[in-house]
Amino acid sequence: MVRLTYQIALTTLLSYGILFVFGKLRDLFEKLLDWSKSNDPQGYAPICSGFQDFYTRRMYQRAKDCGGRPIASAPDVWIDVVERYSNDNNKTLHRTERTTKCLNLGSYNYLGFAAADEYCTPRVIRSLKQYSVSTCSVRVDGGTTKLHTELEKLVARFVGKPAAIIFGMGYATNSVIIPALVSKGDLIISDSLNHNSIVNGARASGAAVQVFEHNNPSHLEEVLREQIAHGQPRKYRPWKKILVIIEGIYSMEGELCRLPEIMAICKKYKAYTYLDEAHSIGAVGKTGRGVCELLDVDPADVDIMMGTFTKSFGSCGGYIAASKEIIQHLKRTCPAHLYATSMSPPSVQQVISAMEVILGEDGTNRGAKKLAQVRESSNFFRSELQNMGFEVLGDNDSPVMPIMIYNPGKISAFSRECLNQNLAVVIVAYPATPLLLARARICISAAHTRKDLIKGLEVISKVGDLVGIKYLPVGPLNRKAKDLSKLDLIKIE
Amino acid sequence: MASAMVNITASVLDWVSLAFDAPTKAVVFGVPIDGHLVVEVLLVVVILFQLTRKSYKPPKKPLTEKEIDELCDEWVPEPLTPQITEDMTDDAPILESAAGPHAIVNGKEVLNFASANYLGLIGNEKITDSCVGALEKYGVGSCGPRGFYGTIDVHLDCEQKIAKFLGTPDSILYSYGISTIFSVIPAFCKKGDIIVADEGVHWAVQNGLYLSRSTVAYFKHNDMKSLENKLEEVTRRSKHPEKIRRYIVVESIYQNSGQIAPLDEILRLKEKYRFRIILDESHSFGVLGNSGRGLAEQCGVPIEKIDIITAGMGNALATDGGFCTGSVRVVDHQRLSSAGYVFSASLPPYLASAAIAAVDHLEENPSILANLRANIATLFNELSDVPGLVVASHLLSPIVFLKLKKSTGSDKADMHLLESIAKRVLEEDSVLIVTTKRSSLDKCPLPIGLRLFVSASHSESDLLKAATSLKRVAALVLS
Repeated sequence: MVRLTYQIALTTLLSYGILFVFGKLRDLFEKLLDWSKSNDPQGYAPICSGFQDFYTRRMYQRAKDCGGRPIASAPDVWIDVVERYSNDNNKTLHRTERTTKCLNLGSYNYLGFAAADEYCTPRVIRSLKQYSVSTCSVRVDGGTTKLHTELEKLVARFVGKPAAIIFGMGYATNSVIIPALVSKGDLIISDSLNHNSIVNGARASGAAVQVFEHNNPSHLEEVLREQIAHGQPRKYRPWKKILVIIEGIYSMEGELCRLPEIMAICKKYKAYTYLDEAHSIGAVGKTGRGVCELLDVDPADVDIMMGTFTKSFGSCGGYIAASKEIIQHLKRTCPAHLYATSMSPPSVQQVISAMEVILGEDGTNRGAKKLAQVRESSNFFRSELQNMGFEVLGDNDSPVMPIMIYNPGKISAFSRECLNQNLAVVIVAYPATPLLLARARICISAAHTRKDLIKGLEVISKVGDLVGIKYLPVGPLNRKAKDLSKLDLIKIE
Repeated sequence: MASAMVNITASVLDWVSLAFDAPTKAVVFGVPIDGHLVVEVLLVVVILFQLTRKSYKPPKKPLTEKEIDELCDEWVPEPLTPQITEDMTDDAPILESAAGPHAIVNGKEVLNFASANYLGLIGNEKITDSCVGALEKYGVGSCGPRGFYGTIDVHLDCEQKIAKFLGTPDSILYSYGISTIFSVIPAFCKKGDIIVADEGVHWAVQNGLYLSRSTVAYFKHNDMKSLENKLEEVTRRSKHPEKIRRYIVVESIYQNSGQIAPLDEILRLKEKYRFRIILDESHSFGVLGNSGRGLAEQCGVPIEKIDIITAGMGNALATDGGFCTGSVRVVDHQRLSSAGYVFSASLPPYLASAAIAAVDHLEENPSILANLRANIATLFNELSDVPGLVVASHLLSPIVFLKLKKSTGSDKADMHLLESIAKRVLEEDSVLIVTTKRSSLDKCPLPIGLRLFVSASHSESDLLKAATSLKRVAALVLS
């Protein structure tokens, strides 16, 4: 729940307004002084015309050095950020040989498998020597190795479903599976803050798409009732099937979805459910089995469970786990299975080894320790930040925590000042979030020690004071309604 | 009868005119009220009364809660997947070793013609060593998208290496082969733009075209006359052709047919009608041209003339992922507006270092290209007289595509024949070849067939063995 006051909204709008005016003036000067120069040859329309990339050229470019920072080490807890310089106001950024060692609070490394691991890496190297880097073939032709079938069985067992299928890219998993399941005449009801891959998949499928208010089960019920009662627009035929798509942890808000209520509603109205656990698989739940375990929902109730291996398992790729019939159908029709080069065997081995560690099948209790550590660290970090007066979003137990900043000037100042003090943070602004709700996002890892976290907190507190983003009253968590009613709040959907 | 009617009408008219002209004694506000005034006032009152009445509409009755409940209870959804029949089981061959020219499938050693390992780089020592170094330094995954500390120095090195190799200013890496083209097309083509594409492009290109929401016109597969007609038609139809962006989308080697696009012809047409060209070089990068630089080198065309080149690296370079290259403007634009680049985790670092090592190897040993070309020519000649099958691919294409001389008329029956040929070849002679599999979402109209992927590391005896086996089995199955 974002608490945006009138004062903050007005000052943020004013900042954007000033940037806009200056951007327009610069465009005007450019047109006057360089009117004879044109990038595109005669007769061709420009790739991006005028206003389409105004935001990129005049607003994003000022803070371009805050994003896309290259690193020269593994994306572990301490990283070597490569220093860059620019001679033309961030239009081109040049690498240097120098690096700065920074604490990493931005990478998706929830269980600490990002760098070389004592159990996983030897096995990965062994599989590299046996199966080589790539199979150069699609899964159905000659690209299925023993490792792929082993991983599919392991994923199915881990998640609690009868069968699973794996792909080499998490983004492609969503955008290619959804068209294979639904098509014209079906309805997709998706959460308003779903990830771009789900939006792309829904669009590519040709089905009609309706959106329900973020994490609001009663609005979902309303939409379902209305759609089933009225059927397809203009044709008045009933929908062939309805698929509800939700995520386990929403990465920009850090909150868990209200899974039990949503599942009850979907069961009542006979809608199919698709749960995207990209950020929650392996990171939440007592044994790391995701939001179903955390919120006590039987995995057999969810029709299709999707997840990625990038975040908690330190590899790449995605999976779909569902009933045997659905997986067999997908293996016959899904384009990623039939046309895409199969997942690289060393990446497959990394996931197998990481899952064995989490399940405790490697003979140690490292997995259980990592899970407990990430939960404890996230809760500690979140409560400390809230005590300092920062506005932190997200639920307890979620390792993702966004800190609200709002103002465009403050975002770049926060990012640069943190880098100066050897802390690497990630900032997100428009268009990934709404225009007024820019934020910094922290991702906690099981590999962060208490000392690292305390250092991080110190730096954030110092920079927060400098930049002025401690919007809420300082003190222990007494955020009852009466404290906040003193502020004039704008309702944000 | 008629005179009676006339009499009655006349008397009625007399009475009416009497009423009208009857002088009344009433005088209101100095205006004498005559009879006709009363009638006129009454008329006006009646008209006003009618105007103020609401017109009749049938009453709108929204559904009551109870009715919605009943509808929801009645509604029965279709099952999520269609019924699985007997022939729909998954029986892909399972590899137990690396996918080189000799692989171990389902326990026995086979001749592998199913991997697009064109330069024979699977199992190469140098590449394996560089991967081991990268794995020990960086781990496996990059744990983040390019914008959030997922940019590792090997990515930047790989982009520069590829750009230098091809001779373009810059290039951009993607983390999955097929996602390259279906992210690049929507990044450049928006609603209202015009695209002319070959009808035989593969599914990823079709998906990109659909997501772009532009107007798409297809021309006959690899037919330049049809392309010219389509370009003419499309340019004539649009009102302001210079103001909208126009693209031609082709592949260099079509994986659905093994044909090679005539690039010089296409360039001539592109310059005549002012279109930009998007070329997918997944199967020709590292294969065509004297030094493996692709179709542009093969046709003797300067690389700057092609606006956007994309390629998947899962073929000749024996790694995974893809890249896109072009002018600085083209590459820069994708860093913020290409969905598969911005919203997805970046390529694992060891795959990027494998790509760098592969390009290095190709630069240092251009003789592997000569081996590959010789192998393709040998196999092409050997397979030219297989009973019942005809070679439909170009003689320089590393994908040797065989289609049925006489189709049975139904796709399913054709598929059944081809699959039985492939199965028998594998079981009886231990040669692994593949049929083209089509997804139900694929709209390609080209015929299906058998595919053999030729590699530079196949020996002459391998090729002869495959050809003899295929001839024998085809004669048995298709007689």
